[in-house]
Amino acid sequence: MTDQNLPAEHSSDANLPAHANEALPERFEDPGLPPHIPRRADVDEKAAKRAELQVVALFTLSVVGTLVFLVAYFLIDIDARAYVIGIGEISLYHVVLGLSMAASMGGIGFGAVHWAKTLMPDTEIVEERHPQASPQEDRDGAAAILRSGWQGSQLGRRPMILQSAGVAMGLFSIPLVVQVAGSLGPLPGEELYDTNWRRGLRLMIDPSGTPIKASDVTLGSVFHVMPEGFIGEPAHENLTAEEEMKAKAEDQVILVRLDPSDVKSQKQLDWGVDGIVAYSKVCTHVGCPVALYEQQTHHLLCPCHQSTFDMTEDCKVIFGPAKRALPQLPITIDDEGYLVADDSFREPVGPSFWERG
Amino acid sequence: MSTNSGIPQGADSLRTSSSAGATATTEKADTSPKLAAPIVWSDERVGTAKGMRFLLKKVFPDHWSFLLGEVAMYSMVICLITGTFLTFWFVPSMGHVEYNGSFVPLKGVGMSEAYASTLDISFDIKGGLLIRQLHHWAALLFIVGIALHMARVFFTGAFRKPREINWVIGAVLSLLAIIEGFAGYSLPDDLLSGTGIRAMAGFMQSAPVIGSYMTFFVFGGAFPGESIIPRLFIAHVLIVPALLVGLFTAHIVLVAVHKHTQFPGPGRTDNNVVGFPLMPVYMAKAGGFFFIVFGITALISALVQINPVWVYGPYDPTQVTAGSQPDFYMWFSDGALRLLPGWLEFTVFGTTWSFNIFLGSLVLLPLVWAIIIAYPFLENWVTGDKREHHILDRPRNAPVRTAIGASAISIYLVLALACVNDIIAIKFGLSINDLTILFRAMFFIAPIITFPVVKRLCISLQRADRDLVLHGTETGRIVRTPEGEFFEVHEPLDEYTRYTLVQHDRQEPLSALEGVPTDEHGVRKPMSLGYKTRRALSDFYFKDQIQPVTPAELAAAHSHGEHDALESGHNHEALPSGQEQVGIDQGSSAK
Repeated sequence: MTDQNLPAEHSSDANLPAHANEALPERFEDPGLPPHIPRRADVDEKAAKRAELQVVALFTLSVVGTLVFLVAYFLIDIDARAYVIGIGEISLYHVVLGLSMAASMGGIGFGAVHWAKTLMPDTEIVEERHPQASPQEDRDGAAAILRSGWQGSQLGRRPMILQSAGVAMGLFSIPLVVQVAGSLGPLPGEELYDTNWRRGLRLMIDPSGTPIKASDVTLGSVFHVMPEGFIGEPAHENLTAEEEMKAKAEDQVILVRLDPSDVKSQKQLDWGVDGIVAYSKVCTHVGCPVALYEQQTHHLLCPCHQSTFDMTEDCKVIFGPAKRALPQLPITIDDEGYLVADDSFREPVGPSFWERG
Repeated sequence: MSTNSGIPQGADSLRTSSSAGATATTEKADTSPKLAAPIVWSDERVGTAKGMRFLLKKVFPDHWSFLLGEVAMYSMVICLITGTFLTFWFVPSMGHVEYNGSFVPLKGVGMSEAYASTLDISFDIKGGLLIRQLHHWAALLFIVGIALHMARVFFTGAFRKPREINWVIGAVLSLLAIIEGFAGYSLPDDLLSGTGIRAMAGFMQSAPVIGSYMTFFVFGGAFPGESIIPRLFIAHVLIVPALLVGLFTAHIVLVAVHKHTQFPGPGRTDNNVVGFPLMPVYMAKAGGFFFIVFGITALISALVQINPVWVYGPYDPTQVTAGSQPDFYMWFSDGALRLLPGWLEFTVFGTTWSFNIFLGSLVLLPLVWAIIIAYPFLENWVTGDKREHHILDRPRNAPVRTAIGASAISIYLVLALACVNDIIAIKFGLSINDLTILFRAMFFIAPIITFPVVKRLCISLQRADRDLVLHGTETGRIVRTPEGEFFEVHEPLDEYTRYTLVQHDRQEPLSALEGVPTDEHGVRKPMSLGYKTRRALSDFYFKDQIQPVTPAELAAAHSHGEHDALESGHNHEALPSGQEQVGIDQGSSAK
């Protein structure tokens, strides 16, 4: 391999006639800039005139575009629509504004570039470069200033100034950081461990806020559920918009009736009612709603990152990036036959966090 | 000037003289020009003429790939203009309102003020939709421009000394651009962007030790709270743009300080820059290009709908649309999240470590950018090259660097495609599980395939260059000699074309340059670990390097006659074949 690819120095020299090697330089010499070839517009006045007209036409196009924009802005109705073949129905107002602006801008742009390319000098100019490094004189000068400055500051002789200044400079920003970081938000406390679910709260349909009779839950049906008081009219009346959103983010539950013979986990059946089971709908990956239920396979799929949970196996993860099963909400039925929570969730819902254990 | 006279420019007299001479020659045409009165006025106060003399004669080399950075620059300007407009109507608040604007399907629906004001911009403010579309399209173009510009700089080695600092600034700019984009598309508080913020909260919460605290601080409490939109807004319109504009200014100043790099060619050296002066050529070209970019962005914005937030509805934590994707520049990160398997999360001593989440989000971005920033310094350590470089590498002449870049892009593409695995699965009727597993495998396989393929392609191109220099171009003219021999006449390259192909430096690995280190007795000296690593990396970089043709090699190739025998050539090893071909020629002519 190496021999094939690196022969120039190691092998081919020996093959070449000796005189050729001595007379020729190591590398090719730079022949310098190639001769300039004039453009049409440089030698033919007609071509130059044509280019001039093209540039003028492009600038005129820009003026027309600007005028069309202004006329359209004031005259076309903002709701006006039009049908364009191949695109379909469009907002006429938007499209005319956009196209006229494109002409207004593009006309200037293409005109200027065409002007530069056809009529302005196209002879290349050579500008010298200089090394980035400063000449030795400047370096010496800078070093001298630094030294005399250091001496003038007396830091070398009075080290305590340096030390105390260093400590002060190191610390001064801490109050600012503490103020902003400390006041941005509250400590999480127990918030991540708890939801609004409590023993005895009815399971309500999201978004209507009506309770669910166990007998109404047919095999294979799916309900999106929120706790009583946190959905529908009562929620609008008693909760702030922020509290309502927070409740939705953590309390959302998906309720399904499974054939008990399909269910592989006894705990899952015990926490449900006749095969009716309720699970947190917040993905244990990064918290999207696990909203896609496949009735035939009993799989729950999260549309964000495709974590897949098997409802017949206590919502264990069977595919995708999530690790933990969806937490199950223990449910039972009250005296009137409505589904109610038998307890709150027994583990934190939603994405993992370090201290959850 | 020239259009009036109709005479071709005195090109050749200009090219030989220095730039100062050049301006002197052109100025002679006019009779002693005088500065206009306002310039004189400002010159007397701030020395304008000095600055103009320095700036206006600055030379920029021409190449289409140098426009990529300009696309990014101008897109940023468009974003600044349209973004400022949008702040006049956008309300960065999560306060609850009932929508009452002119978009009928959402009438009476409860939503945040942010979303409602975005709907107003789209439907009730004249031309507001156009400004929104311009803003979003320009933002995408900004990041595309940055990415392509960065690739150009990488593959041509423009990051080498003295431009390492500017590479670092550029890398930081690209990261800021992505953060700016993410913050921006989160602001409308529609269902799609809200889902993105929900995922962001999940990422932050996964951070070891500080995760839950960080989330509560950023969101001002539990998700979603009412603080995140105002906070993202101030990041999006003040903090990040200030950093972007500041660093961008530094980026441009450094370009002026270093003068632009140029592609190799006759007359171009590391000690000069060959091109066109700012006044008037680049003023018209670069200035015009701003309008071209603006015009094309306006054209796209007029015709192609982007982010129709009214279709998604307001954010509701219990809802999500299937096929949710972030903007394309976040695909690689979201794709990584889809690929990382769940078993990467585990519990130790009552603490949860979610590597499946933070590897793909909190770790991935800093890690990728750390590698990007470190690359020029790593390569420089390997090559030990202390010289300034102003002539760009043709990518083929740095096969290993080009292959490294291509492998990195292949990994990036795998991650990015993984983010649209659900869309691919639906469009092509494939299993999403199979696709995910395939992408997991491809994450490792793609670079392993890409690296050698690209490296070999580069080497083949280098060999083709050598062939071209040594044997010239085929003319298609077949000549029969009096002896009955047929051959195709090859035309040697002219010296200008040839120089471009042979100007680059020889590059050899340390092991070839320095041999095995020995002491005075010829005994192998032990090598330090650092030196050994450097040697190994240097071998990795340069051991297969194809060296440029030397004048001696060309002379040898020519010495076997002015033509190639038909059977010689392209299937032969290009390099040392002179001898062999001479033999063939002599054999046939002796008949």
